[in-house]
Amino acid sequence: MSILGHRVLRTEDARFLRGAGQYVENLPLEGALTATFVRSPFAHARVTGIDASAAEALPNVQVLTGADVDVPPFGPPPFPGLDARMGRPVVARDIVRFVGEIVAIVLSEGRAAGEDAAELVAVDYDPLPAVVGTAAAAKDETVLFPEVGTNVAALGGAPERDESLFDGCDAVVSGRVVSQRMAACPLEPRSAAAEVGPDGRVTAWLSTQTPHQDRMVLAGMLGLDPAQIRVVAPDVGGGFGAKMLSVEEILVVWLARRLERPVRWTETRSESMVALNHGRAQELSFTIGANRDGKVLAFRLEIQADVGAYPGLGAFLPNLTGLMSSGVYAIPRIETSSRAFVTNTTPISAFRGAGRPEATQAIERAIDLLAAELELDPAELRRRNFIPKDAFPHTTASHAPYDSGDYEGALDLALRSAGYEELRAEQRRRREEGGPKQLGIGISTYVEITNGIDETEFGEVEITADGGAILRTGSFSHGQGHETTFAMIAAEQLGLPLEKITVVKGDTDSVASGTGTYGSKSTQIGGSAAKVASEEVVVRAKKLTADYLEAAESDIVLDPALGSFHPAGSPSQGLTWAELAARAADDGRLAELTVAHEFKGAPTFPFGAHVAVVEVDIETAQVELKRLVAVDDAGTLINPLIAEGQVHGGVATGVSQALYETFTYDEDGTPLTGTFVGYAFPSAADLPSWEAVEMVTPTPRNPLGAKGIGESGTIGSTPAVQSAVIDALAPYGVRHVEMPANGENVFRALREAKA
Amino acid sequence: MTRISLTVNGSRHEAYVEPRQLLVYFLREELGLKGTNVGCDTSSCGACTVLVDGESVKSCNQLAVQADGCEVTTIEGLAEGDELHPVQQAFHEQHALQCGYCTPGFVLASVSLLAENPDPSEEEIREALDGNLCRCTGYHNIVEAVQAAARAGA
Repeated sequence: MSILGHRVLRTEDARFLRGAGQYVENLPLEGALTATFVRSPFAHARVTGIDASAAEALPNVQVLTGADVDVPPFGPPPFPGLDARMGRPVVARDIVRFVGEIVAIVLSEGRAAGEDAAELVAVDYDPLPAVVGTAAAAKDETVLFPEVGTNVAALGGAPERDESLFDGCDAVVSGRVVSQRMAACPLEPRSAAAEVGPDGRVTAWLSTQTPHQDRMVLAGMLGLDPAQIRVVAPDVGGGFGAKMLSVEEILVVWLARRLERPVRWTETRSESMVALNHGRAQELSFTIGANRDGKVLAFRLEIQADVGAYPGLGAFLPNLTGLMSSGVYAIPRIETSSRAFVTNTTPISAFRGAGRPEATQAIERAIDLLAAELELDPAELRRRNFIPKDAFPHTTASHAPYDSGDYEGALDLALRSAGYEELRAEQRRRREEGGPKQLGIGISTYVEITNGIDETEFGEVEITADGGAILRTGSFSHGQGHETTFAMIAAEQLGLPLEKITVVKGDTDSVASGTGTYGSKSTQIGGSAAKVASEEVVVRAKKLTADYLEAAESDIVLDPALGSFHPAGSPSQGLTWAELAARAADDGRLAELTVAHEFKGAPTFPFGAHVAVVEVDIETAQVELKRLVAVDDAGTLINPLIAEGQVHGGVATGVSQALYETFTYDEDGTPLTGTFVGYAFPSAADLPSWEAVEMVTPTPRNPLGAKGIGESGTIGSTPAVQSAVIDALAPYGVRHVEMPANGENVFRALREAKA
Repeated sequence: MTRISLTVNGSRHEAYVEPRQLLVYFLREELGLKGTNVGCDTSSCGACTVLVDGESVKSCNQLAVQADGCEVTTIEGLAEGDELHPVQQAFHEQHALQCGYCTPGFVLASVSLLAENPDPSEEEIREALDGNLCRCTGYHNIVEAVQAAARAGA
C-alpha cells in the first residue's frame, strides 16, 4: 500500500517536544564574542558623530562603526530598473534612513555586557524630514537618495493608461484596497554565529530559509570563494519569507574573520520588529468593467508600493501582484501598472503570500463592488466569470500561465460546507430584527502561483551500506515538516520504511546545492527532485541485482512491500536492500546507488475558495470571526496532515491581516507597533477553529502532481474576512472598511456612512 | 552576586547569580537547559514558559533570585525517560507543532491548565493559552491537542 496521501505523524517532532531543538542560539560556540547592534532611533537623520569612549571603557568591550567596515553596500538586487545607488550600507555612515538602521557594533563577552555598552555609545544625529507613506514619497520634496533625485525605486507594467480599456462596458466600478504593512514575526528571532576554522574556512550558522543562496551572497559581499564558506541552518523557528540573508548576518561573518574569534548575535524581539524586513505595504487602486449580464470585460490595477528605506524584494513584488491580477476570472482586457517608492521605514520583502495576497485582495474587492453595483449575489457574479474547468491550461490577459483548476468546484464545495443559503437566511433574519449583532458573510475565490520563477531544486539519494537511504535536499524546512514529507516520497519509490530514510538539509557542506524554502515551492520541486533521484536509484539497483543474480536487467522488479529486488515471477530469489547494499559495499559498487538530480519545475497555480462569517456589533464596532471555511486545492497531497497544518497557519495569518495586524509609524517615522505589546499578533483567544476542506486537482507540471500549500490559506482568507465585515455593515450604508477591520476602522466606517 | 538554591527538574542547584539575571537566562546559560526559548522581551509570547512550584510562569518575566527555594520544571524535565508526557504525546499526535519554537512554552502552559482544570472547554483552553503565541499552527491543532490530552487524563 502506498504511504503517499496518508496522515503520517511527523518524525521530527520528538526533539522539539523535548526541548532539544537545535536553534542557532543554542550552539555552545566556546569563546564567542557577542555582537550587539546600536540602531538609529531616528527615521531620517545625518549622523554627525559617534563617541564610543564610555562604552569602550567597559572591560572587554570593542566598538566598530561604519568607517571600520570595509564591506560594500548590500543590494539592491539585480532587478531591471533598480538604481544601484540605492544600496544599503551594511553599517550606516553619514545618513540613517529608518528606525533600526545599524550605526555601530558593540562586541562584548556576553549579552548583558553588550546591552550595557550599547547604551553608552553616544551618537549625534541631525534629524532630517522623514518620508512616511507613498503619498509623501511621491512628492519628492524630501528624497532619501539625493544623488538619485527621486523616491521612485521602480516602475512596472503599462507606462500609461489605455483610455479605451472600458469601452463597451455597461457597469464600471472603482475602488481601493490598502494591503497594510505587516511584521513577519517568526517566533524565533534571527540568530547568527560564525567561526573561522584552522583551515581558514568560515562556518556560519544562520537562522535562515536559504542556506545555499546565503553562502553565494556572503561570498560576493566578502570577496570570498564560496568554497571558503560553509553555511549551516540548524533548526529554524519559522521564517515566513522574512528570514533571508541581510546585513546582520553579513556583519557577523565579517566580524568573525576580522577579529579571528567566533562571533554570535541573536536579535531581541523589539529589535526584530524594526530590523527584520516587513511585508505587504501596497495600495491597490482598481477599476472593473462589465456588461449588463455581469460578464467582466476589463480590469485596471494600479499599485503604489512602499518598499521601505532600501529597495529589495519588495520592489519586485508588485510585478507578481500584476501577474496574478486576473485572479480566477476570465477577463479579456487587463492593464496593470506599479510604482514603488522608498520611504523612511523598515525595508519591505517577502511575507507569507508575498505579492499574491495583494492581487487577490484587489480583484476580490473589485468583484464584490461590482456585485453590489449589479445587485447580484457575490457568489453568482463569480460563477459568471470563472475560467471554466475545461479551459486549462489557460494564460490570463496578465500573462499568468495557469496549469489546472476547478474554481467553480471549489466555490461550490466551500458554499456547501459553510451552509451558504442557511447563513444568508440567518443574516436576513437578523437584519429584519435590527438587533446590534449583525451577521456578515464574505466569499473569496483565489488562485496563486508557486515556484513562480521556474526554479530548480536539488535532491540526492544515497543507499547506505546497511540498506537504508540518505535523502539530501536543497529545500529547507523551518516548520514545514520536510523530514517527514520528503522521506515519504523516497520511501514510496524505494520500498523502504520511513525509519530507514534520513533526510539531510540545511548544510552547504552536506548538500551539494540548493535554493532553500520560500514561495511554497519545496514539495513541487524539492519533492520532485527526491522522487526522480529515488526512481533512478531503483533503476541502478535493478541493474546491480541483475548482475548479482546473473539475470536480465529488464526481468528484475522491485517489490515495494518487501523492499526487495527479484526476477519477475521468482520472488524467492530476491535481494533485499540490505543484502544488495552489503554486497555492493563489499564489491566497491555501493557508489552506483547514489543519484543526484536537479529538478527544474514550471510554476503551478494552487487555488481555492474561502467563506468567512463574522458577527459585528454595530453599537460597539466589535468584530468577531465566527467561522472560516477554507477549501484549498494544492494538487496531490503527500501528507494531508501536514498540508492541513499549513492551511491552518496560513489562514490564521490571512485572518489576522483582515482583522488585527498593522505595522504603523507616526509622521516622523517612529514605529508605533515595535514590540509584541503594541503589535496585534493574535493569540488562540482571538481566533476560532478552522474548517479546512480538502480538494485535490493535480498539476500536470511535475511528477508528484503537487502544487504549493504554504501560502494558500493566507491568500484566500483575507478578502473573505474583509468582505464579511463590509457585508455585515452594508445595510448601514457602509461600502468599505479598511484593514485591519478592527473596532477602530469599523467605527470610522460607520461614522462616515452616517455623515 | 546573590546566592540562590532551587530544584530544577528534580535536581538541586546552588548558584551565585547577578540580581538582575532573568530566570530564563539562568536556566539556559548557567544550567544549560536550552529547551526554554526566548521569543520576545515584553513577556508577551510565552515561549519561555516553565513551571515554578507547579504554576506556569514566563521565565523572562521573573528574576532568577525570585526562584530561590522553588521547584522549577522545564520542558526537559517533563518526559519520563523515553516516554513522553501525555501533553507532549498529544501535541505530536494532533500535529500541534511546526517550527517547534513556541512548543515548550505551549506544552508547559497546557500542563498547568490541565492541572487546574482537567476538562476544559475549547473556550477555556483558548483563554488559558492567551499568553502564548504561535505563528505556525493557527492554534487549531494546539487546542485539539489539549483536548486530546485532557481525554487521556493528563
